[in-house]
Amino acid sequence: MKEIRWHGRGGQGAKTVSQILAQITLREGKHVQAFPEYGPERSGAPVRAYNRISDEEILVHSGVYHPDIVVVIDETLLESENPTKGLKPDGILIVNSSLSEAEIREKMGFQGKIVVLDATKIAREAGTGFPNVPMLGAVVAVLGTDPKIAEGELKETLSHRLSPEVVEKNLKAFRAGYEAAKGVYVGG
Amino acid sequence: MKKVMTGHKAVAEAMRQIEPDVVAVYPITPQSEIAEYYAQYVADGIVRTELVPVESEHSAMSACVGAAAAGARVITATASQGLALMVEILYIAASMRLPIVMALANRALSGPINIHCDHSDAYLARDSGAVQIFAESAQEAYDYMLMAQRIAEHKNVRLPVIVNLDGFTLTHSSQVVETLSDEVVKGFVGDYEPFYPLLDVDNPTVWGPFAMPDYYFELKRAQQAGMEAVPEVFLGVQGEYSKLSGRNYKGFFEAYKLDDAERVIVVMGSTAGTAKVVVNELREKGERVGLLKVWLWRPFPRKEIADALAGKKAVAIMDRAISFGNMGALYLDITSAFAGREGPVFVNYIYGLGGRDVPAEHIVQVFEGLKDAEPGELRYIGLRE
Repeated sequence: MKEIRWHGRGGQGAKTVSQILAQITLREGKHVQAFPEYGPERSGAPVRAYNRISDEEILVHSGVYHPDIVVVIDETLLESENPTKGLKPDGILIVNSSLSEAEIREKMGFQGKIVVLDATKIAREAGTGFPNVPMLGAVVAVLGTDPKIAEGELKETLSHRLSPEVVEKNLKAFRAGYEAAKGVYVGG
Repeated sequence: MKKVMTGHKAVAEAMRQIEPDVVAVYPITPQSEIAEYYAQYVADGIVRTELVPVESEHSAMSACVGAAAAGARVITATASQGLALMVEILYIAASMRLPIVMALANRALSGPINIHCDHSDAYLARDSGAVQIFAESAQEAYDYMLMAQRIAEHKNVRLPVIVNLDGFTLTHSSQVVETLSDEVVKGFVGDYEPFYPLLDVDNPTVWGPFAMPDYYFELKRAQQAGMEAVPEVFLGVQGEYSKLSGRNYKGFFEAYKLDDAERVIVVMGSTAGTAKVVVNELREKGERVGLLKVWLWRPFPRKEIADALAGKKAVAIMDRAISFGNMGALYLDITSAFAGREGPVFVNYIYGLGGRDVPAEHIVQVFEGLKDAEPGELRYIGLRE
């Protein structure tokens, strides 16, 4: 079983992408959970969301304390949220930042694998402005999930609420995020 | 079909498929997304239900009572304080033998104000006369919502049925849920045939009359007979549903690796899932541990649970609500079932109040604690002291 913890700020869509990741991995035939951590809900406040992904039925219903993967959607949370807390030493830290991997490593003092991508820039260039989707692309790459399955699910989900034009921009952002992480570690 | 959905969505899906005549809900906090989803179905014309948004839960249950007496199939949903406000009328619904089905997203009662999971709301309604069922997962919540309809409406029962699902842990957590087709559900729940509906104006009846000392007692005894009819109906509906769904619902509780277990945990709701993981881990180390997960809490299957626990060394009964001045309610249910009978060492654990998380380590500690348990101890797990 893989456990993932997402760090974002209210309004950045951490919960949404954790939900979409669950749908993607279900399509792959996995068992999944996605759940947010509820505190006072307000825009801009730090929020956490979680995934569990397993080949077996998932029975556990507690919080996630020792994730295999931590995803930081908002760089400012690196300092305020201590996102590597509980992360397995051989786990993977995926950060949205314009800094280099070495700089993040020094900042966080984390010895495991680190994937850095400038998701904010990717999102801006794709015309969406939301870094959560490129970060989802990076997680899909790290998990070794079939990107075609992922893209299909993402497209279907987003099409319920967004125009085809905006969906296409999101898919572009997703692909760019996937490519950025794929070059680093594929398949975790 | 397997989909990723929250517990709320799973319940709303079941409701959409049942398509009751009336859904009466208070549409503001502490209401759940169940009402929100259902209101959307109504607005989109997906269901033909009359949605009655009222000004309080007291009114929601009152509208349910009125609609059910009129002859409608009725469902409602609430949580925590909402149920507290409903309770006055819930007693009346039960006494009028109205088969109202309710999804209860279990959340702590104030104070202090808290929106997270525990079972204090369900415990508040314990003696209301409603049947109470606890779900472990979103899947079970979906399944029991469908079964609840049949149990509530059975002619020998005709009582409100509450399907409990843990707030946030199940209601807001997305899980894999396998739903049945609309046709299969429609066939399973069938058409509703009301008893003496008020709207049958050619055959007028009296509902909710005054009953003084000369009749009140007999009416309450008759209500108890409705409860006594539940177990047989429950098993029958489970059997039918299991065949239909391919899922295994058999009995008032799930016995998980219980047969040869020496140390046992008894628990209701989502914590049972986490406990299963721990049972498996400890079993791999050769420890003889097991789990009894209660599905049907009211009426309480005293004899069956006592039979299942007889001969065990030590049993931890876990209550997710505090009963001030006494042991937890589930503890009392089970220990009283052993009156006049040799039983295991029983310990009561109060856990998870106000949404305090229950990680696997806590369950391990409970099993560990059973090794040196004193009979009748009241313990707290996950508490900072």
